[in-house]
Amino acid sequence: MNYEAVIGLEVHVQLKTASKMFTRVAAGYGAPPNTLTDPVVLALPGALPVLNKEALDKIIKAGLMLGCTIAPVCKWDRKNYFYPDSPKNYQISQYDQPICLAGSVEIELPGEARNIMGEHKQIPLTRIHLEEDVGKLTHEVHDSLVDYNRAGTPLMEIVSEPAMHSAEEAFAFLTSLRMTMVQGGISDCDMEKGQLRCDANISIRPIGQTQLGVKVELKNLNSISYVRDGIALEIRRQTAVLTAGGSIVQETRQYDGEAGTSVAMRSKEMAHDYRYFPDPDLLPVQVDAAWRATIQATIPELPYARQRRFITQYQLPYTITAVLVPERALADFFEEVVRLCAHPQAVANWLVNDLRRELAAGGIALAVSKLRPAHIAALVNLVEQGEISMTAAKEVFNDMFQTGEAPAVIVMQKNLKQSTDSGALEHWVQAAIVANPKAVAEFLAGKEQAINAVKGAVMKASQGKANPRLVDELVRRQLLAGKS
Amino acid sequence: MLAAKSISASELMQAFVARTTAVEGRVHAFNSRDEVGALGLAAASDARRAAGQARGPLDGIPIGFKDVIAVEGQPLTASSKMLANFISPYDATVTTKLKAAGAIPWGRLNLDEFAMGSSTENSAFGATANPWDLTRVPGGSSGGSAAAVAAGEMPVALGSDTGGSIRQPAAFCGLVGLKPTYGLVSRYGLAAFASSLDQIGTLTRTVGDAAQLLQVVAGHDSRDSTSLSTVIPDYSAALQKKSRPWRIGVPKEFFGPGLDAEIGAAVQQALAFYRSAGAEIREVSLPLTAEYAIAVYYLIATAEASSNLARYDGIRYGHRTRVATGAISIYAQSRAEGFGEEVKRRIILGTHVLSSGYYDAYYLRAQKVRTLIRGEFMRVFQDCDVMLSPTTPTAAFKLGEKSSDPLAMYLNDIYTIGVNLAGLPGISLPCGFTAGGLPIGLQIIGQPFGEAEMLTIAHTYEQGHSWHTKYPNL
Repeated sequence: MNYEAVIGLEVHVQLKTASKMFTRVAAGYGAPPNTLTDPVVLALPGALPVLNKEALDKIIKAGLMLGCTIAPVCKWDRKNYFYPDSPKNYQISQYDQPICLAGSVEIELPGEARNIMGEHKQIPLTRIHLEEDVGKLTHEVHDSLVDYNRAGTPLMEIVSEPAMHSAEEAFAFLTSLRMTMVQGGISDCDMEKGQLRCDANISIRPIGQTQLGVKVELKNLNSISYVRDGIALEIRRQTAVLTAGGSIVQETRQYDGEAGTSVAMRSKEMAHDYRYFPDPDLLPVQVDAAWRATIQATIPELPYARQRRFITQYQLPYTITAVLVPERALADFFEEVVRLCAHPQAVANWLVNDLRRELAAGGIALAVSKLRPAHIAALVNLVEQGEISMTAAKEVFNDMFQTGEAPAVIVMQKNLKQSTDSGALEHWVQAAIVANPKAVAEFLAGKEQAINAVKGAVMKASQGKANPRLVDELVRRQLLAGKS
Repeated sequence: MLAAKSISASELMQAFVARTTAVEGRVHAFNSRDEVGALGLAAASDARRAAGQARGPLDGIPIGFKDVIAVEGQPLTASSKMLANFISPYDATVTTKLKAAGAIPWGRLNLDEFAMGSSTENSAFGATANPWDLTRVPGGSSGGSAAAVAAGEMPVALGSDTGGSIRQPAAFCGLVGLKPTYGLVSRYGLAAFASSLDQIGTLTRTVGDAAQLLQVVAGHDSRDSTSLSTVIPDYSAALQKKSRPWRIGVPKEFFGPGLDAEIGAAVQQALAFYRSAGAEIREVSLPLTAEYAIAVYYLIATAEASSNLARYDGIRYGHRTRVATGAISIYAQSRAEGFGEEVKRRIILGTHVLSSGYYDAYYLRAQKVRTLIRGEFMRVFQDCDVMLSPTTPTAAFKLGEKSSDPLAMYLNDIYTIGVNLAGLPGISLPCGFTAGGLPIGLQIIGQPFGEAEMLTIAHTYEQGHSWHTKYPNL
């Protein structure tokens, strides 16, 4: 029998805010253990939570970017459970009234080839709610250590509908979600820092059946490739169980990405009763139309919409846009350059190839690079106007990347301007023809590429400054004139 | 007297230290106190006054703190073994304000563990006695605060009131006990019992003192999301005003069976006083409050408490068992050892109330009835400025008399609990003594943020009587 997988994801995304969700202490990663704490984080007697408005702004922005309905009232609930990573032994969360409902994430599946755009789909969301992150436990041999630096960091939980059917779709979902959240400034989504975490609910059913199978929750999917590999493994495991005549147990399983295995953690019978109730320390917050509109105005164009626009508006090849668009800073930079320069494809090539290479080599971010959009625009214009050769342009690029100097200045200082002095050129061309009789004879006999030896001699004589197009034209004219 | 320099703050502090030394062995109002620190602050106050930099009427005044309100560097035990060794590393907002006003924190005062009780017998550190009769309870849960002021160990003290925990001990100890409108005084730094009901308030000898203290501690606090922005009037100035003939509502249900006859008579005399002072006395009805307030209270308060007290787990601070290892058994054993019987009873009850399958029937239903109770009060206030009733059905009972009967103990709060559920201000002031010499309390219930008018009405009564000038023989 053939089976179809049904996958829903629960994704936790830490919001990028200056302070924690319910207190003034800074939120951050990498500080010495238990330094980002105060009476509220540590749940000392008498400490009270006060909402960080930035956290609410950010989740509303996330919701608007994903097309969610924003609830008119944002209400807080306590989720009660005892665990050492939670100093209050309850988590402030949202239970029955999440701030964001519905919405969807647009995904792109792999295309037939690398240079062909794949199929796009909308994966519907159930809800997004806001809660506080918990501390981090480290288990030693005899003890467990807890670091509360992470505790109280604003965390949104994004729950998808069970609407994905392959590990690739789940992979694409997470890729798109991460791209969207990073571009919205909502989170850095660094999975190594725990800023993006994903659990998957997976079931399978015979193809054609509408009723869902028994679901298994898969945890510890610590990287996007673990999400893909872990889900693929679980689908294979469930298929094998059913094929062998067994049945699936509803349980939570822990994925081990290094070993490529998963083990059962707990079954449904051990599920918690979280005793949710409205947090009496926090008042519901009204989110009115004006507030929503203020945030709506800050929303950037969504990545896939931008990619489609780049393809049509700038006639860029898909592969170029697939590199340009996922990095918002690069795509923004591109659009700034093309405002100054009417050669978008040339600009895109410089950015995608040369600029990205140099940034990566130097380990620096575009924002702090000395290179500004005007530099690239000027450089491309110099090339397009025939002022400098492509070879010279590469040299100018490297120089201006290092120094931030304007290309025209570098061209002048290094004397890189292409020679268009036809008197000197004609002299070099004559000399080259005389010096290469064999090549000339071959060319005239019909061997097209023999002309290169002549052109090369001209370029050499000009010390590389001759305009190649002009050289080609003059060499041909002279040779053909001599023939007739 | 301090302002007139007829006595120095240091002399005043020394006098309270001496009085405390003399009577504390019999009263046991304190959990701890720092005499050296208090005398040091008194000397600093004298220096300010000498330099002409006194900070106002509270500068140099000793003030006691119920042992649930945080003072930096001082113990905060909640009268629980769980926090027996806990030192607060920060100040409550009320503490910050009082320190800024020059007041001197004078001692940590006993209470029913985590403010759960009406007698101060549920303390891990022993019961407090009523200064008027050492065989009787001072009330609770702010019993240490009330007993300390009544015994003359301090002039004023802070308490907290979740269902009557300031007003009932004030009534039992012959004091003025003020519970402000929910949201008027910041709860930041008050170890929570029931967040939606808790409110910090004052225990004082006179209404005037209550007004001065409230003036300092009231006001919006950005650290407490439930503290409300409202204009704070000059409460002391308001005491002298008499706007118009007051309309005083008298809830008939608060005079029914169970009310001690002597207390009923004393309250009737107070009503007669107001009538003669030109007030209009109206009988009003609070049937839902009378019928359901206690049940609703014990559902909501225990539910919130079960969650609020979850933080006391022995992991990072507080009592940790020596016999268990492993997180879950450390929780269970530390809490079993650290909490007293009444606290455990309420945590278990509250946990049940919030449990899956019971939430709708208990917690949600209770919240709905709570809304109706508030509506009932607000309807009565359409025709009344304040309401007036006894504070308690009986005067102070004997130590041990009700400690084995939780339900009888809970019923002691029958007149005070509705005020907390409705978020209203209430005040208890002395209105006589029983034949046995025990103080009787008169409760005045105000409108939301109607403290000024409520205090004025209380002050008018106080001006016409001398109960507040009586002291217990200790």
